[in-house]
Amino acid sequence: MADAGTGTSRPLPELQGFSKDFYEWCKKRELRFQRCSDCGVWCHVPREMCAECGSWRWEWTRSSGRGSVFTWTVVVRAMHPAFEEDVPLAPAVIEMEEGVRLLSQVEDCPPQELEIGMPVEVVFDDVTPEITLPKFRRVRRARRSPENGVS
Amino acid sequence: MRDRACIVGIGETAYVRRPGSGMSQLGLQLQAAVRAIGDAGLDAAQIDGLMPFPNLGSAEELAANLGCENLRYAATIHMGGAAPVASLQAAATAVIAGIASYVLIPAGWNGYSGARARQTVAVDASSMPGGAIARDYYLPHGLTAPPQWYSLMARRHMHEYGTRPEQLGAIAVAMRKHAQLNPRAVMHGRPMSLDDYLASPMLADPYRLFDCCLETDGAAAALVTTPERARDLDKRPVYIMAAAAGQPYPADEITNRKDIFETGLTIAAPEAFARAGIGAADVDFAEIYDCFTFEVLQQIEETGFCKRGEGGAFVEGGRIELGGELPVNTHGGLLSEAHVLGMNHIVEAVRQLRGDAEERQVENAEIGIVTGWGDFGDGSIAILRR
Repeated sequence: MADAGTGTSRPLPELQGFSKDFYEWCKKRELRFQRCSDCGVWCHVPREMCAECGSWRWEWTRSSGRGSVFTWTVVVRAMHPAFEEDVPLAPAVIEMEEGVRLLSQVEDCPPQELEIGMPVEVVFDDVTPEITLPKFRRVRRARRSPENGVS
Repeated sequence: MRDRACIVGIGETAYVRRPGSGMSQLGLQLQAAVRAIGDAGLDAAQIDGLMPFPNLGSAEELAANLGCENLRYAATIHMGGAAPVASLQAAATAVIAGIASYVLIPAGWNGYSGARARQTVAVDASSMPGGAIARDYYLPHGLTAPPQWYSLMARRHMHEYGTRPEQLGAIAVAMRKHAQLNPRAVMHGRPMSLDDYLASPMLADPYRLFDCCLETDGAAAALVTTPERARDLDKRPVYIMAAAAGQPYPADEITNRKDIFETGLTIAAPEAFARAGIGAADVDFAEIYDCFTFEVLQQIEETGFCKRGEGGAFVEGGRIELGGELPVNTHGGLLSEAHVLGMNHIVEAVRQLRGDAEERQVENAEIGIVTGWGDFGDGSIAILRR
């Protein structure tokens, strides 16, 4: 997506350290979080060590990509010049099935239709050639079909 | 430690917006400092402890300007707006231990004519709480400023407990009402009704313009010493019964809280009450860090004035107005007096307990609390008494 016409560029993550790993997975269209190799707890934002059990061993583990809307705000008046043309914009906290939460946006849902608990699934947005952001879209209920074994 | 430290001096600059203070950030703080020192009846050279606010100036430059040649204690508590009240705790510890004799706590800025709080991230991403975490995981999605962070919590509270905009409005209305009795308040002479509040433009839903603190130029300062030294000074001391600070978990990231309504104050308040040997019912007034209306409600709950989820009902019906059961922000707060980083709340509490609050005086004020709130919910509380 092109920058907003204000000429102020959108803030982007810096690809260093754990953020580099996280966003490289996003570029590959995979939402991965750290998962402790010893106690199995999932973690976001990425940390050096597991706060639950003290382990230093973890893996970037693929998330199901499914979650629900935990909360959000609707930015009606931008406070950063880069977002002036995007309002109303709804940064939302998504609670993933794995238990972690992340800040993102629900792309295909107007802010006034957001609901707490709304099921969503991850999609990927190539905002620049280098950086892909994880975003979400509403999960539509699957159509019932004979293969689903509906009586 | 109860009552073994006290506040003996307070000072403030004027609080202004347009056309700006005309002073530097350091100049403002020095003016407030000089006034606090004078209020106590001391000379600046006697100050041997300094606790500057995070990122708004160093102890070295304050000392060099004030002429503090014998600086023995210099420290900054990195908790954003919770720092001034947390600094009361640290200053009390220092004077009780004999590490310093007179500790000055200044705070001030050109929050209107300089970089405004809402813009600081656009200007300097490293100034944002959470630092690299916010840069990498919040800013790209448009979450860039304090009203946006906290409105995430407010919406959730509304969902879980049915808290309503009119209840947030009751807080804004109370603060504005109190400002009408405070000639120093930026909003003095500008009354506001609940209808005015509801009609104000939405900034970060559910936060409206009048849910948000002011952006102002100004500084304030407080001076701490022991009761023994206070005997030789000009003003009746205000005793620090107890002061405590705490952090939410994790403090540097606001979306993955185990308990999203737990703040630093949740941890600090019971500790402070236990050390003071009193309960919430003993408190005559509360100066609560009102960066936004919902944060007042949240702090009322987490301090224990009511149960979690009951804050909405608590703030209605005039309970938090002067004359009510628990007057809150008798000076108008950050919402209607000025944003002086919570230091103006300490100054107002001292005025109340000295009996100097004029038209805003809480009758028979014996015990008051001051809270601080910073960053992503760091908290602090001081319990003060006559």
